[in-house]
Amino acid sequence: MRAFWLFMLFASVAWAESGSQKTQNVLQRDFQARGQATMDRAAQDGLQRLCTESGDKPPAEIAKVLEADQMKTIAFPAGSLIGDWRRGERIAQSGAGATWSDRAGVPAGGSCYNCHQLSPREASYGTLGPSLLGFGKLRGASPEMQRYAYGKIYNAKAYNLCSQMPRLGHSGTLTSEQIRDLVGLLLDPASPVNQ
Amino acid sequence: MVARAFALLLAIAAAPALAQDAKKEIQRYQRMIAEGSPAELYELEGEALWKKSFEQCDLGQGAGVVKGAYARLPRYFKDADRVMDLETRLLHCMTVQQGRTSQDATRRLFGNDDRASEMEVLSAYVAGQSRGVRLAPGASHPKEKEAYELGRALFFHRAGAWDFSCASCHGEADKRIRMQDLPVLSKPQFARPVMATWPAYRVSNSQFKTMQWRINDCYRQMRMPEPKFASEATVALNLFLTSTARGEPYRGPGTKR
Repeated sequence: MRAFWLFMLFASVAWAESGSQKTQNVLQRDFQARGQATMDRAAQDGLQRLCTESGDKPPAEIAKVLEADQMKTIAFPAGSLIGDWRRGERIAQSGAGATWSDRAGVPAGGSCYNCHQLSPREASYGTLGPSLLGFGKLRGASPEMQRYAYGKIYNAKAYNLCSQMPRLGHSGTLTSEQIRDLVGLLLDPASPVNQ
Repeated sequence: MVARAFALLLAIAAAPALAQDAKKEIQRYQRMIAEGSPAELYELEGEALWKKSFEQCDLGQGAGVVKGAYARLPRYFKDADRVMDLETRLLHCMTVQQGRTSQDATRRLFGNDDRASEMEVLSAYVAGQSRGVRLAPGASHPKEKEAYELGRALFFHRAGAWDFSCASCHGEADKRIRMQDLPVLSKPQFARPVMATWPAYRVSNSQFKTMQWRINDCYRQMRMPEPKFASEATVALNLFLTSTARGEPYRGPGTKR
């Protein structure tokens, strides 16, 4: 069954070759590396290509297979995944990191407030993603919930293939420790998110 | 406990009102900054520079003609055999016509809050000379059609360290980043007011900013490599956006937050 869907995937990608490949060639010609933003970033990976070609609506069976592949990229640390919510709040606030004007090697932020409501004390939050106000209060902090929150931040595409949320761990933007701190911000009962 | 629940209830009830107030405050702020815009100062500086060195530059309406020229860009130019936006055409005039080296002409494309660039003041002046003219970018030449299609493809093309396309932020109505509203730029009703007011004075940078800069800085925030100035990709994207705003009377240079 899996082989069949993989075949369908490759067939659909090959069929789409002309459009997406042409755009990719233009990017390789018209863009240039700058700072840490090197040209390999302009090349689409399979997931980006499939999401582009399908208008972010990939066939469900193909999505399931590829989400499972994305899940394998997540390295879950052992033990509690709840880090320090105070550090998590600072990471959530910061929109710095991973651009050509950011110095490589300096810890990045998660840009979380750009798209999500989190702490009720922060009134300047974006709405591209769902509100996460009361996230842990509503869901608890069980090992399963910790794993879900950690995995979702590490690689959102493992849960929803064409999600608009960046793969913050997989892309190397955030460290494992930073993601644990964000899980703390979401799940710790003492976190402002859950007040 | 009861008091706490009550406070929470109050906060929930008050939240939509607060959001409304914030929105009104932002609109008031936007009106205020538009009234005191220094965009005119850049137009004047650009006019002096144009009259000094660019009277032979053909923006598509004949040598030296600036009236209504901006509203008809980007368009195909036969002498260069490619589609050009305003800044690409200005660069063409600087190098091909004035004989400056490309290295010299591109040394300082974007200015800073201390001093604007040539491109910025010229853009301010030329764009201002299209006030009241409806946006009508090129749409008939095969290369214009090709550029439009490329621009549309780029708009929805997901790539980069964060998997973004333009549509990741500009694809859905009533969304915002932090407090900043996001226009759905592939839809005319959203593209019109935006494209009718670029280039613009940007209060948050205290600088005059051009469309090439706008596209450049979007890609920076998308965690992509840098689009080359005046490249086919940037002009195609500009043509796609301007075509989506087709028919809107130009009323810039604008003032942005």
